[in-house]
Amino acid sequence: MARAVEQVAAPQKETDALISGSEAIAVACKLADVDVITAYPIRPYDTVMQYVAKLVANGELDCEYIVAESEHSQFEIVKHACAAGARVFCGSSGVGWMYAFEALTVTPALRIPMVAMVGNRALDDPGAFGVEHNDALAVRDLGWQLVWVDTAQEALDTALIAYRVAEDRRVFLPCAIACDGAFLTHSQAQVKIPPQQWVNAFLPPYNRGDLLLHPDNPITVAPQVNEDWLMEIRKHNDEAMKRAKTVIKEAYADFARIFGRDYGNPFFEEYQTDDADVVLVGMGTLSMPVKVAIRRMRQEGKKVGLVRLRWFRPFAAEELAATLGRFNAVGVIDRDFSFGSPYTSGVLATEIRAALYPAEKRPPVLGFICGLGGREVTVPDVQRMTDVLLSAAAGKAQPLTTWVGIRE
Amino acid sequence: MDAIETALPTQQLEAIKGVKKIPLEEFFTSGHRTCQGCESALVMKLMVKAAGPRTIVLGSTGCMYVANTTYYSTSWVVPWMHTQLGSSGSAGLGTAAALKVLMRKGKMKEEPINVIAFCGDGGGADMGLSAISAALTHPQYNFLILLYDNESYANTDIQLSGLTPYGAHTTFSPPGKAKRILHTRWKKNVAGMLAAGHPECRYVATVCASYAVDMMNRVRKALTIGGPTFIHSIDPCPKGWDFDPMLSHELGELAVETGVWPLYEVENGVLKLYGRTKQIAEKRARRKPVREFLLKQGRFAHFTEDDFDYFQAKVDEMWNRWLIPGVIPFHTELERDQPPA
Repeated sequence: MARAVEQVAAPQKETDALISGSEAIAVACKLADVDVITAYPIRPYDTVMQYVAKLVANGELDCEYIVAESEHSQFEIVKHACAAGARVFCGSSGVGWMYAFEALTVTPALRIPMVAMVGNRALDDPGAFGVEHNDALAVRDLGWQLVWVDTAQEALDTALIAYRVAEDRRVFLPCAIACDGAFLTHSQAQVKIPPQQWVNAFLPPYNRGDLLLHPDNPITVAPQVNEDWLMEIRKHNDEAMKRAKTVIKEAYADFARIFGRDYGNPFFEEYQTDDADVVLVGMGTLSMPVKVAIRRMRQEGKKVGLVRLRWFRPFAAEELAATLGRFNAVGVIDRDFSFGSPYTSGVLATEIRAALYPAEKRPPVLGFICGLGGREVTVPDVQRMTDVLLSAAAGKAQPLTTWVGIRE
Repeated sequence: MDAIETALPTQQLEAIKGVKKIPLEEFFTSGHRTCQGCESALVMKLMVKAAGPRTIVLGSTGCMYVANTTYYSTSWVVPWMHTQLGSSGSAGLGTAAALKVLMRKGKMKEEPINVIAFCGDGGGADMGLSAISAALTHPQYNFLILLYDNESYANTDIQLSGLTPYGAHTTFSPPGKAKRILHTRWKKNVAGMLAAGHPECRYVATVCASYAVDMMNRVRKALTIGGPTFIHSIDPCPKGWDFDPMLSHELGELAVETGVWPLYEVENGVLKLYGRTKQIAEKRARRKPVREFLLKQGRFAHFTEDDFDYFQAKVDEMWNRWLIPGVIPFHTELERDQPPA
């Protein structure tokens, strides 16, 4: 990856634009010179394709833009295009993502480094358009890298980083960028769009090497292996996912150097944690109401901080255990739910508990189920969660899972 | 208005004139584990022999995946990739799109490369039909979808598919005490449906590997003409149809000679019957009774005379009453060639 960073010192500048999270990702597709894009409508993800379509129609994005007849076909088309050497993009939301599930399952095992967007949406039935994280979390165990973004700027930057990490030969695993439906996909914000030259310096061309499906390289891809080889292949994927952590760190460091935007720790963002007694943990656009609430609570003398997780797969277990061990109580806000799971909690709470188990210092972990189906997470909601957390930190028994903002 | 973006140039594959002119090179060779007398394996072999070495083959889940592509013993000499059961259309489309864009952007050397995606009757006529239909609406990409039809889900133990013929004994339609015939549906006409429904698709054909040169030339025509194309082949299956493997070719011939499997091609919207089917249509050959075809197969062993009669009547209807024999299943009652009043 020793690319000539010096060349970047050219006078190109970033341009400012007022765009939504979906549009930011469409712009990233253009900057990444994506070759094949497939589209199929479902809210809220389809907004990204509306912007992509406009870029294609205006001649700003040179790609094969294919409107598919289902999500399953969408993902299969780009899977094969990627196997034949093309950089690809597609995505979905909610039940559409589930309709593609078979294609999502085979993608990591085939070492297809595609980047996809999942515009988080509640799963039917009952139908709901609003954000819930269960759709993306369904691929938790399949070998997909999963990253949640918070702002339109982060969406654009993360999409470029995702291609860089996914296409690194040490990784070669697909990456899904999870964007909270409506709150991020549809909300506009000021975004700095980097010049093409910076992106070129950061993101090398996709090179599939000896895995390329081409007559010059007559390989057989995805034969039947059965019990003879399946365990070894699963282990290879495991090792690739472990290596992804190193590659992610490298990519963020390079990104900071070339683009001048330093995200610090790539895996999670810490907000007012330095002197905090208790900490809330969450993913995605949740951070907005939580940060506002923290600022108000700080004025009341409540020492509370936020850890916002970006990368869910690979999961930064050691780093999180080290960080979360500093606090007297940890409250995990899940915008998802896992029925019948340990302590009937959300997925993230279960993962955080698992990550903390081998740690020397294990604060109590309380789960909060909040904002399902796009319900607003309010500042008073966050204050109530914090009060429960402070009481647990003071040694008072509290329920392990609490539904917040629910009509009783 | 912008013209429709054209496809890449295709390989110009000339028709093979006679058995002795068939190329010797094999691109589907040893290493497979198909049954004795497997016609589908022959279809694979002839298909890729006709296409030649500059070809990418994509195979959806089915017996031609499970039997041919065991890790470390692949039978494919050309690049081959598995695709999901319902994804032959998407696989062909995605691969062709990648080749096109990479060549256009100068990221890959420019040359015509054949893309063939195959599927079985389950993958092609049941689960994958919508993806194939969608793929055939993209005239700017070059790929062939070949449906090899052994009339059952053969690698999972012979279950009935949308292309299993009326009354056949499968593990999902066994004859029983209360119901002798459990499968009462008539076989779908996939090639006819796809040809009629996709006017931009330049080539659709039915083939039978018992007529090897004819079959290979249909593959060559499909690949040369460009755009998305479709071929439907009938593949006698000794295991699923329950007959002696030495009879595979004979059963293929009988399917055509009895009129059960008409051979036709739709080239640029022009429909032509060919081979024995053409002779039958032009009354230069007689259709053999269907029972000759059915009696050789164990899967129809439970048939009574009534069942044979019903089967024959349905085939007769296809030949005598359809708008185009064996292809277009509309019965027109309108008087033709009437001058306007």
